[in-house]
Amino acid sequence: MTAVEAPGRVARPGAAPEAAPRAPAVVGRNLTKAYGLSARQAARALGRPDPEKAVADEGGFLAAHDVSFSIRRGEMFVVMGLSGSGKSTVLRMVNLLNEPTAGRLEIEGEDITQVSEARLRELRNQKIGMVFQHFSLFPHRTVRDNAAYGLKVRGVAKAERRERADAALHRVGLGDRGDKYPHELSGGMRQRVGLARALAVDPPILLMDEPFSALDPLIRRDMQDLLLQLQAEDARTTVFVTHDLNEAMRIGDQIMVMRQGRVVQCAPGPEIVAHPADGYVSEFVADVDRARVLTAHDLLRPALLTLPVREDPGTALRRLGENEATGAFVIDRDERLLGVATDGRLLEAVRRGDPDLARAIGQEYHAVEPGTVVGDFMHLAGRQVVPVTVVDEQGRLTGVVPRAAILSSLSHVREAGR
Amino acid sequence: MIDLRIGERGEDVIGYMTDHLGGLFDAVKEVLNFCLRSVYDVLTTLTPVAMVVVLCLVALAATRRIGLTLVLGAGLLLIQSMDLWTETMQTMTSVIVAAFLALLIGIPLGVWSAFSPVARAVLRPVLDLMQTLPVFVYLLPTILFFGVGDAPGLVATVVFSIPPAVRLTQLGINQVDQETVEASRAFGASRRETLREVQLPLALPSIMTGVNQVIMLALSMVVVAGLVGGSGLGGVVVNAVQGLQIGASIEGGLAVVVIAIYLDRVSAALGGQGRGNPAWWPQRRARGAVAPARADESALPNAA
Repeated sequence: MTAVEAPGRVARPGAAPEAAPRAPAVVGRNLTKAYGLSARQAARALGRPDPEKAVADEGGFLAAHDVSFSIRRGEMFVVMGLSGSGKSTVLRMVNLLNEPTAGRLEIEGEDITQVSEARLRELRNQKIGMVFQHFSLFPHRTVRDNAAYGLKVRGVAKAERRERADAALHRVGLGDRGDKYPHELSGGMRQRVGLARALAVDPPILLMDEPFSALDPLIRRDMQDLLLQLQAEDARTTVFVTHDLNEAMRIGDQIMVMRQGRVVQCAPGPEIVAHPADGYVSEFVADVDRARVLTAHDLLRPALLTLPVREDPGTALRRLGENEATGAFVIDRDERLLGVATDGRLLEAVRRGDPDLARAIGQEYHAVEPGTVVGDFMHLAGRQVVPVTVVDEQGRLTGVVPRAAILSSLSHVREAGR
Repeated sequence: MIDLRIGERGEDVIGYMTDHLGGLFDAVKEVLNFCLRSVYDVLTTLTPVAMVVVLCLVALAATRRIGLTLVLGAGLLLIQSMDLWTETMQTMTSVIVAAFLALLIGIPLGVWSAFSPVARAVLRPVLDLMQTLPVFVYLLPTILFFGVGDAPGLVATVVFSIPPAVRLTQLGINQVDQETVEASRAFGASRRETLREVQLPLALPSIMTGVNQVIMLALSMVVVAGLVGGSGLGGVVVNAVQGLQIGASIEGGLAVVVIAIYLDRVSAALGGQGRGNPAWWPQRRARGAVAPARADESALPNAA
C-alpha cells in the first residue's frame, strides 16, 4: 500500500536532485480538435460564439475544445471521462498522432505543434512512449522484437537492442517469454509486452490510452499494481486515460475529468470526490468507493480541546467540565501528542494531590497518519472517548476525525459549508 | 442524340499510336520476348520427368500435403504422356512472365492507392474498365502494336490480370488495424518504415491472395493468347477446335486444367491458405505448436 499512497513522490534513482521544480513536463494550451473540417472551415467555425454548434453545422465534430492542462514532472496525470468525451483525442495530441486544430502543446517547453517532421519523430522516439487500449502489438514479430521496436526505429545495434528489450520484459515479469509470438500470450501478458515496448526506450513521458480496460478485473488490478510499482521506481511523467473512476483514483496524482470535449474539473482524486465541481462530476463519483479514496487528511477537524502538559490536573479537569468533554489530548511544548487525559483519571490525580499532568494520561486513542484512507480506520471510530486522532510524522497532533465526519463522508450527501 | 463518333476517334488514336510509337512497341516486344525465352529456357533445362519431380518437390514444400502432391505429380505425368510437355512449359512461361509483370505493376499501384484517396478515385474506374471490357476489344489493338506472336497475348494477359493485385494490396494495407499503425508511428517510425515493417507484413496474406488471383487470371487468358498466335496450350486448343479435332481439344483442355490446379494450390499455399486456415502469418512459423484458440485471436487486429 505504500506505493499507492505516494507513487509520484519517490525520486528516480540516480537522478540529479532538483533544487526547484523545473518547467512542467507537458503543457497543453487551449487545445482544440475539430474532426472532418478543412483548416479554413475550422477556423471560421471556432470563431463563432457557439463553436460546438458551428462545427457541427459545417459537418464536423468538435472532439476537444479549449483544453488546457499542465503536467508536472513525475506526475501520474489521469484523463477521465465517458466514451466520446475527448480524452483519447487529448492524449493523442501529446505525441501529435492527432494534430490539434488550434492550441499549443509543449513538451519540456518546446511547442511540438511547430516542429519539423524529423524533430517530431525524434521526440516521439526518445521522449514519449505509448501503451494502447487493444495492445496493438506487432503480431508478426516476437515478443522481444515487439519490445525492441522503439530501439530499432532509433537505430540501436542489434545486441544492445536485445539486451534492453529483455531488461524491459524482465521488469514487467515476462523475462522468459521473449521468443513467443503475441498470439501465444494471454491478454494481460500482451499488455505487459505493450508496457515493455514503451519502457524499453526509457522515455521521460509515458502515454497510456485506456491500457487496462480490455482486461478482466483481477488482471486489471495486477496491472495497476505493476504500474504503481514501476512508477514508484521511475517516477515517470505519465498521462493515463481511463473511464474507470476507481482506477483513476487508485493510480492518479491529478485527475482531469472531461465531458463533451471540455475539462470539467482537474484536481487530485480525493478533492474531486470531496468537492465535485458540478452535477456531472458528482454523478460520476457517486459509484466510487469513497472509503478507499478519502483520507484522514480530507476529513480533518481541529481537536476541540488540548491540554498543555505543564497544566496541573485541577485546571485540566475544570476545562474538561467547561467543554462538556470526558477526555482531552495532552500535548507537549512542540505540540507532540503525549496521550489522553480522561476525567476519571484527572479526578484521581487531583485526589492524590499529584501536580504533574503527565502521570494522569493514558493511551486510549487511535492514531492514524493524514494519508491513511478512511477504509483503513473507520472501524476504529467510536471505540474510544476521543475521536480518531491524526498524527503527523513528527508525532504532532494535526487534528481529529469525528465519527460523524466519517459517516457523512461515506454517504453521498454533500456537506454544507465545505 | 449527339453522335460523338467514339469509335472513329478511338480508331484514330490507335492508328496514330501505331504510326508514331512503333519504335517503343518494338522495344517492348523485344523485352517481352527476351523474358519469355529466358524463363522458357530455365523451365526446359531438365528432361520432362526430372521437371515433374522438381515441380512435385516445390508443391510438397509449399503445401506440405503428400496426397495432393501425388495427385499433382500424376497430372503432370499425364501431360507428358499426352505429348503436350513443350506446349505446357510454353504456357507456364507466359503465365509466370505475365503474372510477374502484373504484380510488378499492380502491387505498387495498390500501395499507392492505399495511401492516396486521389489514386483510389482514379484507379477504380480504370480497374473496372480493365476487368469488364471484353478481352477481344483490346486484343485487336495489341496485334496492331506488337504483331502476331506471343507478345500481344502477353500484354493482353498482363492488362487483364493486374486488377486483383491492386485491389487486394490496397485492401490488405487498409485492413491493418489503425491502432497498430499508430503504435508504429508513436514510436517515431516514418511512413516508409511503418509501411515496410508493419503494414506490408500484415497485409501479406491479402497480397498473397492477390498473387494467387493474378496467376489464375493469367492462366485463364491462355486460350485467348492462342488466338493471336501465342504458342503453348492455347494454340493447341485453338487449332484443335478450328480443325474440329475433338480428341486433341480434350487433351489440350485437360493439360490446362492440370496446370491450373497446380498453380492454384501452390500459390495459395504460399499465401498461408494451404489448409483452409485463417491466413495468419506467425502460424506458419509456429507450425507444430498448438494452434491458438479462436478467442485468443479475436484480440488480434488482423486475424483474417
